[in-house]
Amino acid sequence: MPENLKQLLVTIHGFGEGLLGPTLWVLAWTVIKIVILLAPVLFMVTYITLAERKIIGFMQVRYGPNRVGIWGILQPLADAAKLIFKELLLPEKADRTVFFLAPALTLVPALIAWAVIPFAPGLVLADINIGILYILAVSSLGVYGIIMAGWGSNNRFSFLGGLRSAAQMVSYEVSMGFTLIPVVLLSGSLNLTDVVNAQKGMWFVIPLLPMFVVYFISVVAETNRAPFDLPEAEAELVAGFITEYSAMSSGLFFMGEYANMILVSFMGSILFLGGWLPPLEILSFIPGVIWLGIKAAFLLFVFLWIRATFPRYRYDQLMRLGWKVFLPISLLWIFVTGLGVLLFGKA
Amino acid sequence: METQSTEFLNYTVNFGPQHPAAHGVLRLLLELDGEVVERADPHIGFLHRGTEKLLEHKTYLQGVPYFDRLDYMSMMSEEHTWVLAVEKLAGMVVPERAQYIRVIYAELTRILNHLLFLGAHGLDVGAMTMFIYCFRERERIMDMYEAVCGARMHAAYFRPGGVARDLPDGLEEKIQSFVNDFPSKIDEYETLLTNNRIWKQRLVDIGVVSAAEALDLGFAGPMLRGSGIAWDLRKAEPYDAYDRVDFDIPIGKNGDSYDRYLVRVEELRQSNRIIEQCLQQMKPGPVKVENFKSSVPYRQEMQQGMESLIHHFKQFSEGVDVPPGELYVATESPKGEFGVYIISHGGSKPYRVKIRAAGFNHLQAIKTMAKGHMLTDVTTLVGTIDIVFGEIDR
Repeated sequence: MPENLKQLLVTIHGFGEGLLGPTLWVLAWTVIKIVILLAPVLFMVTYITLAERKIIGFMQVRYGPNRVGIWGILQPLADAAKLIFKELLLPEKADRTVFFLAPALTLVPALIAWAVIPFAPGLVLADINIGILYILAVSSLGVYGIIMAGWGSNNRFSFLGGLRSAAQMVSYEVSMGFTLIPVVLLSGSLNLTDVVNAQKGMWFVIPLLPMFVVYFISVVAETNRAPFDLPEAEAELVAGFITEYSAMSSGLFFMGEYANMILVSFMGSILFLGGWLPPLEILSFIPGVIWLGIKAAFLLFVFLWIRATFPRYRYDQLMRLGWKVFLPISLLWIFVTGLGVLLFGKA
Repeated sequence: METQSTEFLNYTVNFGPQHPAAHGVLRLLLELDGEVVERADPHIGFLHRGTEKLLEHKTYLQGVPYFDRLDYMSMMSEEHTWVLAVEKLAGMVVPERAQYIRVIYAELTRILNHLLFLGAHGLDVGAMTMFIYCFRERERIMDMYEAVCGARMHAAYFRPGGVARDLPDGLEEKIQSFVNDFPSKIDEYETLLTNNRIWKQRLVDIGVVSAAEALDLGFAGPMLRGSGIAWDLRKAEPYDAYDRVDFDIPIGKNGDSYDRYLVRVEELRQSNRIIEQCLQQMKPGPVKVENFKSSVPYRQEMQQGMESLIHHFKQFSEGVDVPPGELYVATESPKGEFGVYIISHGGSKPYRVKIRAAGFNHLQAIKTMAKGHMLTDVTTLVGTIDIVFGEIDR
């Protein structure tokens, strides 16, 4: 960290402690850090919707939103305003508590997982030594929100959507978890900063290319994005578990979905694409945050690209892919990586 | 001692009439065992408008627009059947140019319909880009509709005795340029779908109908050809200019949804060929029967000549008298055999009209096709049948 920035931090700390006292200041400082982290995340969430509509629009030979502001740049704000001011509908026979708890339960895990993501050396909210485990634990919580939404809506289509989603997320969680083990084996740490530092010599995508592919497909499935968007397949289940939701409650589901998408893109960049490390040493004058951003943006672009290109999988085919193809491949690769580490040592 | 048994009830889902994949107002009662469909029960009638009854109170000319609105995705093809039936009843001989124009527009309509099928089928299966791509080309055909009659959908362009008016200047070149670059667009669609693994996994072996079953169910059109029977009314009983053009009948092998998809894509290419040949063979000439007792006089003459004015008045008030008789005329509409049965007791209005819609027979097959498949496959099946409720409910 540059010297003058450090000086500034010391000044802020001194001022804060003087104002609130040491105990309260720790708390306040944490809140400030959370806000500083979440504000860009939420900003990205709003703007990835615009990016999605624009990019898919251009892939489909049309313009996408271009009425609100130049290039539709204010469209997300207009959408947000619309969602907030619309009426919240509660289906008559829905379970009130479960129904309204569900959207929050989807969004919150997607946001708290960001706590351990390192954006640059030292630029991380909680530098804990079990970062990968924490993310796995938190991201699997998201499925509860969806099951609860499916159950609480008291609608048959929603219920089917919720069931599908539960099965899908659990299955792909497994193969995604297994793709992370080779990374841990190679880097010898569960801390994400250490994982990135271990890639100084070579990005993990090179020795673990099949794992990267499996990881990416699994997270597409886990975030319920096309071509694995079965829980909300509009052609068969209307909108799946979101069918009965309106206004901001459905907006929260989408925010959760997009936050998850961005999260797994950052995760993919950190675990396989060298995080904030530049591809060539000469390019290291560009700050690491920007490199990480570029890599994540590329993965996000692939998300949208896939959505514009592929038809949707059928439920049983998706399960077969997860359990019969990805799981054996990742198990095999864990074995191969383990053997490699045993023979040649860690990266 | 009695053994305790627990019975699980099947899960019944109402698929439609308000459903994004219901293609209009299809209501399917689905009995599900988990996600597997045990029984699919189609309910129809939500778009019943009593067309057949209404036709009894309309002159033959006034009947034309009603046919646009039956299968509102293949407008001119339906008109085609009606005008052919009326012409046969009245014994009119249509001039050659009119025949070619009608074939060109019937085939453009087939492309229009099959493009919607492709787009909607893609959307049902989740490939949303297909929809937009298909609508890009549909737009150009819609413009050709507009150029010839002023309306983009409900054209009322074919008339008993020919067509309403000749093609405007420059339209032939416009159609020719469309014909020239349409095959490359078909290649584009095929790149997205034909060899796509997910697309194949979703379509192959879904809704298999054997050739014998297809005949029993009264299939026609691409549905029948998908099951491997090369039956096409354009070849079997050529009407208008179809006997003067060269085209192939694509057939499927397994009778599954994928074969039906391939058949329809190939039909796009064949239609393109037919249009090209018609454009080459077409010569200038009259576009309607020039006996103005039975066909509408030219506007220019009507404004100057007494005789024409009288004809015009008679035709648009009382209508043209048609000799008594009854007949059935069927054409190869994009969805299959579309037939009209007319009973005439003389006079300018039919006594009774019965319409045979291809989609009606295809829809009844969903019961056998869907059994044992998963809920997701029902959307594939609804797509592959290519139903439009305007023609089924009539």
